[in-house]
Amino acid sequence: MKEVFMGRAENCLAAPVIRSLKARAKQLRRHVLRMAERVGQGYVGQGLGIADLLAVLYFHEMRYDATRLDWPDRDRFVLSIGHYSIGLYAALAEAAILPIEELDTYGADGSRLEMCGSETTPGFEINGGSLGQGLPQAVGMALGVRLDGRPARIFCLLSDGELQEGATWEAALAASHYRLDNLFAFIDCNNQQADGPTEKVMSIEPVEDKWAAFGWQVQRIDGNDIASILAALEQALAAQDKPHAMVLDTLMGKGVPLFEQRAKSHFIRVDAAEWELARKQLEESNKEMDKNG
Amino acid sequence: MGDRTGGASNTGVTGTLLSSDTSEAETTALAPFGRALVRAAERNPRILGLTADLGRYTDMHVFAERFPERFIQVGMAEQNLLGVAAGLARTGFIPFAATYCVFATRRAYDFFAIGAALARANVKVVAGLPGLTTGYGGTHQGIEDLALMRALPNVVVIDPCDATELEQTVAIIADYNGPVYLRLLRGQVPVVLDSASYRFELGKAKLLREGSDVALISTGLMTARALEAATRLAKSGIKAAVLHVSTLKPFDSQAVLSLLENVRNVVTVENHIITGGLGSAVAEVVAEVGLRIRLKRIGITDCFCASGSIPYLVKRYRLDPESIAAAARTVLGAAEGN
Ligand SMILES: Cc1ncc(C[n+]2csc(CCOP(=O)(O)OP(=O)(O)O)c2C)c(N)n1
Ligand SMILES: [Mg+2]
Repeated sequence: MKEVFMGRAENCLAAPVIRSLKARAKQLRRHVLRMAERVGQGYVGQGLGIADLLAVLYFHEMRYDATRLDWPDRDRFVLSIGHYSIGLYAALAEAAILPIEELDTYGADGSRLEMCGSETTPGFEINGGSLGQGLPQAVGMALGVRLDGRPARIFCLLSDGELQEGATWEAALAASHYRLDNLFAFIDCNNQQADGPTEKVMSIEPVEDKWAAFGWQVQRIDGNDIASILAALEQALAAQDKPHAMVLDTLMGKGVPLFEQRAKSHFIRVDAAEWELARKQLEESNKEMDKNG
Repeated sequence: MGDRTGGASNTGVTGTLLSSDTSEAETTALAPFGRALVRAAERNPRILGLTADLGRYTDMHVFAERFPERFIQVGMAEQNLLGVAAGLARTGFIPFAATYCVFATRRAYDFFAIGAALARANVKVVAGLPGLTTGYGGTHQGIEDLALMRALPNVVVIDPCDATELEQTVAIIADYNGPVYLRLLRGQVPVVLDSASYRFELGKAKLLREGSDVALISTGLMTARALEAATRLAKSGIKAAVLHVSTLKPFDSQAVLSLLENVRNVVTVENHIITGGLGSAVAEVVAEVGLRIRLKRIGITDCFCASGSIPYLVKRYRLDPESIAAAARTVLGAAEGN
């Protein structure tokens, strides 16, 4: 399957668009479970939580050529949070940038699909994982493509934990100083980080006020609702002269109640017997979402 | 915590890495750093524990549970972690700040260099995931931290071998007034040294095994593998000495020179790149006094390492006992050829 995504549907809020993106998100979640089950543990919650955003970006908004990853005019997805790689592998496989079967090598010795993602994998624009480095590099890319007069846009995914790193705010300042309206920062607010809930570890709220104070165009939305993400993107694209921040409230483990309800945790271990239930629950919650959508 | 994961049930897969590699050890101790810090803090009320969102992953959580009011969580902000630690030291506290090697050095180096080293502030940095004790690749493997820290004036740099030494070290640096960089082994940590007979001394190397054919000079967890290599060499009649250098700075030149006075075939062994760490320190000392030796340095050669399970990485980058033994044989072979 060769797919080249050259942009978005005209009426992007039309029901068929939303329906097809929901189907993509479903598929991404299936891929996430497939990978996680093989290693029995990991960043499953993050992969499930971010699937809706990745579906919208990779199958609606971003312009890229799966057969030509170095196309200079491509939109760039910058994964600052390397441990979310499981989510991006799912999207890259679905976008035919990675062979689907390769997902079975996730985390294995010698595999390109590392637990903490890097440029070892095709489709990764930076080496993420040393958290707080994504936004500075995204600012550099946004400046770079603008200097070259390219239409490319930069979509950077950060986490709520990364809002505690000083470098994120240094970059935020630079982005608004240079009026980088080709830069989009998505902040995954799942209220979790390594030592527990973000609000307990080091509170970061009110998040949207901070970005606004730094000169960004800001929206805060339900990051697990595809229609909301689409609508917010529309608004962001219409706003010029400022970089765009989209604060996403997401649910770790979204789509699998077993993981949604579990003491939410940065890194989970799952018993071998639980995977079948997880898969079943995902299919059930997919049906549920279909009904409601 | 302390559950060993990424182990036998999941060989060949990057693990959760909550524990230091225990592949060569029969006995282990749980969270020796956290427990030793609690003991030190029971004696000394000025001791504080800090972390940057890695309490669960550095055994600092043991301290946090025992002394919640003396635990400071700064969030994922390593520059702030070491800056705050420096400020606390200036108000007379003894902050132990725990994060990973890579973040303490690469991210927060300037904050430690100025806030602690230049100021001679009483800051203890406790740095997890030294060298190849994590399978997370270039972003997480602290392969050049010892070189960076050795280069800083006023700083004591320690890479302990096992749980026994780590516990003893914590007690001693709590009483030492000045900046310290301590490499951490976490979770289930191997016990290699006998706690009844071994005594860690700041700045002193320890001869763990006598031998007249070849000297294995090692640091950190590599000492366990050097001892294992020495046992293997003994089977083929090669007598290998093992000198364990846990304090890399100040460097115990005297111990190195007095061993090499008699044993001129040398292998240095470190869980670190071979430039700027133990191998370099030995070469510097030996070259300055003009001693003629044959030297092979075991460690990571000039590269960032891959992702994967620890046993896979240890083999791939030749940090296993067999590679140490092979290096010793090479050095000896060269000696015979002379
Ligand atoms: C600079 C840096 N410091 C610390 C870490 C260790 N670490 C990995 S993930 C993580 C939690 C970060 O918060 P977040 O991304 O919000 O976590 P999640 O939502 O995935 O639980 C930490 C502290 C890191 N990778 N990089
Ligand atoms: Mg988070």
